[in-house]
Amino acid sequence: MSGAALFLHQFRYDQKAFWRNPASVFFTVMFPVVLLLIFATVFGGQTVDVRGGIKTTAYYVPAIITLAVISATMQSLAMSLVIAREDGRLKRGRGTPMPAWVFIAGRVGNSAVVALLMLVLVAAIGRLLYGVAIPWDRLPQIVVTLLIGAAAFCCLGIALTAAIPSQDAAAPIVNALLLPLYFLSGVFIPDDQLPSGVIHFADLFPIRHFFEAFFDVYDPGSAGAALQWGDLAIVAIWGVAGLLLAIRFFRWTPRGG
Amino acid sequence: MADSVISIRGLRKRYGDFEAVRGIDLEVRAGEVFAFLGPNGAGKTTTVEILEGYRDRSGGEVEVLGEDPQHGGRAWRERIGIVLQSCRLDPYLTVRESLGLYAGYYREPRPVDEVIALVGLEGKADARARGLSGGQQRRLDVGMALVGDPELLFLDEPTTGFDPQARRQAWDVIAGLRDLGKTIFLTTHYMDEAQRLADRVTIISRGEVVASGTPDDLGDRESLPTTISYRLGGEEVSVETTTPVADLHALTARALERGEDLDGLEVTRPNLEDVYLSLTAEDAETGA
Repeated sequence: MSGAALFLHQFRYDQKAFWRNPASVFFTVMFPVVLLLIFATVFGGQTVDVRGGIKTTAYYVPAIITLAVISATMQSLAMSLVIAREDGRLKRGRGTPMPAWVFIAGRVGNSAVVALLMLVLVAAIGRLLYGVAIPWDRLPQIVVTLLIGAAAFCCLGIALTAAIPSQDAAAPIVNALLLPLYFLSGVFIPDDQLPSGVIHFADLFPIRHFFEAFFDVYDPGSAGAALQWGDLAIVAIWGVAGLLLAIRFFRWTPRGG
Repeated sequence: MADSVISIRGLRKRYGDFEAVRGIDLEVRAGEVFAFLGPNGAGKTTTVEILEGYRDRSGGEVEVLGEDPQHGGRAWRERIGIVLQSCRLDPYLTVRESLGLYAGYYREPRPVDEVIALVGLEGKADARARGLSGGQQRRLDVGMALVGDPELLFLDEPTTGFDPQARRQAWDVIAGLRDLGKTIFLTTHYMDEAQRLADRVTIISRGEVVASGTPDDLGDRESLPTTISYRLGGEEVSVETTTPVADLHALTARALERGEDLDGLEVTRPNLEDVYLSLTAEDAETGA
C-alpha cells in the first residue's frame, strides 16, 4: 500500500474508535457546546467592550471554537496517545511492518477532522440560537488560521505525552495546563475584564495568540481584518518547538509497569 | 544450520551495572514450539525483546529468520508475529475490526474470518474488545499476531493470570498453530504449559542457560530417583529410590503379609516443575 492508503486505513479505524468512546465524544464534542450554551445563557444580552462594544455571544462563539480546536487537537491527542502507549498498543504496532509515522498520522488526521467539525458545529449553533453571523467571505482565512492552530496544537499534544507518566495522570496534567490559560487568555472571561498584566502573561503562550488570530478573522465587526500573521507566527513557533520536543522525547513503550 | 529460525551466540545485555543476560546460546528450528522458561527477572523478556527487534544488545550474535533483528526492516517484520506480555487492545473496536486493522498492515494477510476461526472467537466476531473475557482478549491478541501469516510467532507469557479453562483453550490454539507449521517461541513460567506444548525447552536463571532439552529428558530427569510415599499407623513415610519396581513389590508384599493397609500410597516421578525448581533455586533464595 502507498503511504496515503496506509494513512487512510489507520485513520478509518481511529475515527471508529474515537466516535465510540463516550469520554472522547463528551469532552471533545459536547463539552465546548455546553460551555457555549452556559456562557450565552449567563452573560447573554450584555456587551463586551471590545472593538467599540460587541454582543457577548459574538465574543463567545469564536472563543469556544478556539477552545474546541485545542481540545480536539492538543487535549485529545495527548490523552489518546498516552492511553495507547500505556496499554502497550503503540509498542505492539511498532512490531508490525507498518511505518511508525502512520500511527501518529492517523490520530492527527482524526484531530483535524474533529476540529473542522467543531468549527461548523459551534458556528452553526451561534448562528441559529444567537444570531451570530457566520463570516462566509472570510472562510479561507478562517480555515487557514484554524489549520495552522490545529497543526501547532497537535505537535504540542504529542510533545506533552512525554511529560505524562501514566493514564491516570493524563487528564489532570492536560487540564492543569489548559484551564488556567483559557481563563487568562480571554477564552472564558472577555478580555475587557482582564487586567493588562494577565494578558501580557498570557501573551507568552500560544493559546492567547491563536485566540486573537481566530477572533480577528471571525468577528464580523472587525472590518477588513485579515490573517494575523504576527499571532500565527508565534503559534507556529510553539508548534515547531513542540514538534522538536516530540521527535526527541516521544516514547512508544509503556512507562508504567 | 539450514533450518534454524533463531540462532543466538553469546548474547549479552547490560543495563548500567546490571547484566540481565550473561552469554546465552540457543537455536530454534523451523516448525518447533520452543519454550523459554525462567523465574521473573531471569532475563526472559529482555531476550525476547532483543529477538523481536525492540531492544539493542550489548554483545553476541543474533539471527532471526536470517537477519539481525536490530536492523530488521519491513520485509522482516512481515514474517514475524508478536504477542507482548501485556497489551490491552482497543476497547472500542470489535474482534473483526481489530483484525481488519492489523490485516491492513501486511502485504499478504490471512483472511480475517480464517483467523477468527483459528483463535476460536467465531461467536464473538462482532463483539467489542472491552466485552471480551481476559482469555478471549488474549486469543484476539494472538489473532492479531497471526493475521500477517507470519512464519515465526513470539508468545510472551500468553496464559499468565488465566483460569484453567481459559488456559486450556489457549493451549488448543497454540497446538493448532504448530500444526500449521509455524515456529513458536514461547516464554512462560508454567511448567505444565511447557510440558504440554513444547518440543524443546531451555531454562534460564540469572541471565544464563541452566538446562536445555526436551520436556521429558530435561535436567536428566530419567536418572533422578522416584519417590514412594504412604501412611502407616498414622505416620507419613516417604522413600526415594532408583529401583522403584523392586522396592514397591517388596513393600506391598510385606503389607499384604501383615494385613496392613498403605493409606495414600503414591509413586511419583520428578516432574518438570521439580527439575525447574531445583535448577532455579538460587533465584528463589535471593528473591530475584
